[in-house]
Amino acid sequence: MRRLVDLLAPIVFLGLLLGGWELACRALDIPPYRLPPPSAIGDALAAEGPLLLRSGWVTLATALWALAIASLLANLLALAAALSGLVERAIQPVVVTLQVTPVIAIAPLVQIWAGLEHPERAVVGLAVVVAFFPIFSGALTGLKSADPDLERLFDLYGASRLQKLLRLRAPTAAPFVMQGHKVAAGLAVIGAVVGEFSAGSGGSQGLAWRIIEASNRLQTAKAFAALVVLAVMGAALYGLLQLAERRALAWWRGR
Amino acid sequence: MIASLSGVEVDYRGRLALGPFDLAVGEGEIIALVGPSGCGKSTAMRLLAGLEQPTRGRLARAPGRGETSLVFQAPTLAPWMSAVANVALPLELAGVDRRAARARASEALDRVGLSGVDAARPAQLSGGMAMRVSLARALVTRPRLLLLDEPFAALDEITRRTLADDVLALWAELRPAILFVTHNVEEAVYMASRVVVMTAGPGKLAGEAAVAGPLPRPEGFRVTEGFRRTSETVSALLAQGMERAA
Repeated sequence: MRRLVDLLAPIVFLGLLLGGWELACRALDIPPYRLPPPSAIGDALAAEGPLLLRSGWVTLATALWALAIASLLANLLALAAALSGLVERAIQPVVVTLQVTPVIAIAPLVQIWAGLEHPERAVVGLAVVVAFFPIFSGALTGLKSADPDLERLFDLYGASRLQKLLRLRAPTAAPFVMQGHKVAAGLAVIGAVVGEFSAGSGGSQGLAWRIIEASNRLQTAKAFAALVVLAVMGAALYGLLQLAERRALAWWRGR
Repeated sequence: MIASLSGVEVDYRGRLALGPFDLAVGEGEIIALVGPSGCGKSTAMRLLAGLEQPTRGRLARAPGRGETSLVFQAPTLAPWMSAVANVALPLELAGVDRRAARARASEALDRVGLSGVDAARPAQLSGGMAMRVSLARALVTRPRLLLLDEPFAALDEITRRTLADDVLALWAELRPAILFVTHNVEEAVYMASRVVVMTAGPGKLAGEAAVAGPLPRPEGFRVTEGFRRTSETVSALLAQGMERAA
């Protein structure tokens, strides 16, 4: 019973919100280009569904590519930094600077570097920049978090550096790395959308472009529909990684 | 002689943390190292393990690679490995092949009274059981020198007494030299043939007490006159050592 209530509560809340919205739009006679009622957004979703899903796939694919590239770069650099204090000190300032610089501010530069004829490369590049940091910092923290007493035991047993890395530091880092990827996945979607916005001009066919296009034409309902697809996509990606993380951690802890 | 410290001093960040301190561990003997917190007991232990070098003085160690084992206050098991994999680790790191290492690890688990938990992960074990796994890992290499750094401090009284008897029984079987650090005077007197008392840090020798009586201890050893008197001697040495430092 209790679980049913917990399950229903957010649905009821969403229903009330949408109902209130719908009623307010009708009662106050708000023009739909200013704020479309949920029913109009539903109609737009139904009418533009295939187009929005195609655009959603473009954005999702961009985010996933970015995640994969960021994962590769971040893990390799974290490994290098964990193995050598010199490397860590050398790259840390650059990494931090990149992290604190708003991605939207470097978007035009990345656009130029990628070449104006390849806006999709710039979009992936920007998403990589934002997805990089959580993975890098998670992996580096994890690689440096080995239990010092376990490390002493490895020394006592005469373990080589490679044995210590493979059998102690990498397994210790695993949960940190997973957490980093989960955060990075959400950021990769944000990075992809920011990249598409800054690429503008229809060079990219992602969801952000659909939103810009619809807004420019005052097709506000369609813009909202694109937003719905984007939100559902982001939540699904996060949920999927959350599930994967939980499974992996359960295996890791052996419960 | 299996390991010895002579005139050893250790500095941490330019300050004397231990010594000058002398200690000789004979083949197959059980020594308890007692002293106030921060006196350098654990440092002395790491020196004898060969994990640290003295700043001044001489450290001599006979055991080769894999002949020294260490047990900490916490079980210090890798949570991502099964009990048997944890125990097999020292053998595998030394190049013993996996199958043989796991078989010997399984035997070592039996020897510490843990059967049927080979596949269990550390998180599934009680504190006492995890400590036994840790002990099995220390014994699987058949060490000549076994170092125990407050091994039972985190356990309840019943468990620690049972484990103390089990360690003595294992000692009778394998005869490693044992050096163990403890805060507990009675535990020291019960388990050791010789109790070495240290002063407050930087730790020096406050005194020594030999413990008479057979090892492992017979039933009722804790209520004998000898046990009581030795415990008092050790307590007095400990009190002196703290005064001298203050």
